[in-house]
Amino acid sequence: MAEKTFTCIVCPMSCSITVKETPEGLSVTGHTCKRGEAFARDEFTAPKRMFTSTVVVEGGVVRRLPVITSAEIPKEKMAECLKEVYQVRVKAPVKCGDVVVPDLLGLGVNLLASRDVDAV
Amino acid sequence: MRELCVDIAVIGGGPAGLAAALEAKRQGMEKVLVIERDFQLGGILPQCIHDGFGLHRFGERLAGAEYAQRFIDEVAKTDIQVCLNTMVLEINGQKELYACNSQDGILHVKCGAIILAMGCRERTGAQILLFGYRPSGVMTAGSVQRYINIEGYLPGKKAVILGSGDIGLIMARRMTLEGIEVEGVYEVMKEPGGLTRNIVQCLEDYNIPLHLNHTVVRVHGKEALTAVTVAELDAERKPIPETERTIPCDLLVLAVGLIPENELSVKAGVELDPKTRGPVLDEEFMTEVPGIFACGNVSVVFDLVDYVSLSGEIAARGAAKYVREGYADTGHVPVEVKGNVNFAVPQRIRKGSDAKKVQFFLRVKHSQKGARLNCLADGAEVKKRAFNRVVPPEMVSFEAELHAADSVVLEVEEE
Repeated sequence: MAEKTFTCIVCPMSCSITVKETPEGLSVTGHTCKRGEAFARDEFTAPKRMFTSTVVVEGGVVRRLPVITSAEIPKEKMAECLKEVYQVRVKAPVKCGDVVVPDLLGLGVNLLASRDVDAV
Repeated sequence: MRELCVDIAVIGGGPAGLAAALEAKRQGMEKVLVIERDFQLGGILPQCIHDGFGLHRFGERLAGAEYAQRFIDEVAKTDIQVCLNTMVLEINGQKELYACNSQDGILHVKCGAIILAMGCRERTGAQILLFGYRPSGVMTAGSVQRYINIEGYLPGKKAVILGSGDIGLIMARRMTLEGIEVEGVYEVMKEPGGLTRNIVQCLEDYNIPLHLNHTVVRVHGKEALTAVTVAELDAERKPIPETERTIPCDLLVLAVGLIPENELSVKAGVELDPKTRGPVLDEEFMTEVPGIFACGNVSVVFDLVDYVSLSGEIAARGAAKYVREGYADTGHVPVEVKGNVNFAVPQRIRKGSDAKKVQFFLRVKHSQKGARLNCLADGAEVKKRAFNRVVPPEMVSFEAELHAADSVVLEVEEE
């Protein structure tokens, strides 16, 4: 059965927490607080991360527009998101918070501009 | 020469300077001026596209650029005067400054108070004694970040990272995502330099090895970098020849520390603390030159932007009070650090009988499990806090209410 160890990032303690699949469900050991236990469970079952990158912006004061997802996405979708985002080109002006790609890869999150880019 | 007269001039339009300018406005200052050398506001944040900014201040995980944008938008709603593309050449103890740009030529500004917010810069290859030629392909993590996130260029195909500072860790992930192979991170010290969450989310997530007690002993290539040789270090931090290994690569990324940019401060007669490499500050973040204040990474290198903004607001409140009421020197009590405290800001407290709230920032010398922080004023305990663990990369920030006549002591001891 699968077993994984994580370094907890909830606080500076940096506990080493092990999650093990058992016939009775998940067993979590090594944590020193409830938040740590929840962190390890999430990491084991469905690790999620914010996705950030840049897209091409035309006619702006800078050449790249930084973008961020409106919520965390499954970690294993990162590479696929990157590929998708490489295809995107936007035109200045752009406002921080503008939706650059709605419902990114059908994940239910929007890809948002993370700064203003004025037109030249 | 263009002449200006302002209540408060802020040098630097990054997170510290913007927070300071906004707070100065809130404090009722009429003429507030921000001078920025870049073409845009935000300092280094526009190139920090990753998330994790603003957890303390906004309770959200913003991208760095987004965090800056919030302050830029606030500034736009005020009558704060912003001079972009403008370089401050000199400031003096009479609170005058000289700056230049291509529109006004030389600017001469008479200021009620000056707030230093110039930030810090990265240590470079020249400061860490890299052996070999000086080929292209050796650059700081911040330069790599700028190439990729602002300019849209990939500066290499295969990278080795020297140093485990936060920007290096962030760039390890960013380079990997952008298709640059990151061979590994090599750290001279026995503990990583960056925050644990960055070790986990930037290295472990992408299986990038971290080699502690290792360094780069040689760079290869005359015109362009072709390889680096790394080696393990012994207890005296000398390279062990048998452990040498040569790694072909075209990019060596340096994440070997940050230095506050205090050239202007020193010219104005501001005394620096050898530990923080920033000005010696009192609790209002005023330097030893009355009327000159400092905040953000020019005062001490912070690890969270939230603290940078906070320090800007403290300095602005102090500066506004200085402009309104002037300043009477009643003497100072030095802040003494003991035990596992490497340094603390502010370094001194104004003598006085009224109790006041003081915001402290400190860094410990070494990691320690089960630590207790004590703050004593004239021998009386004014603050204590227990920590499960303290580590040098994570600054400790706390507020204490105190008045001091003789002594202020900060100590971190075993619990």
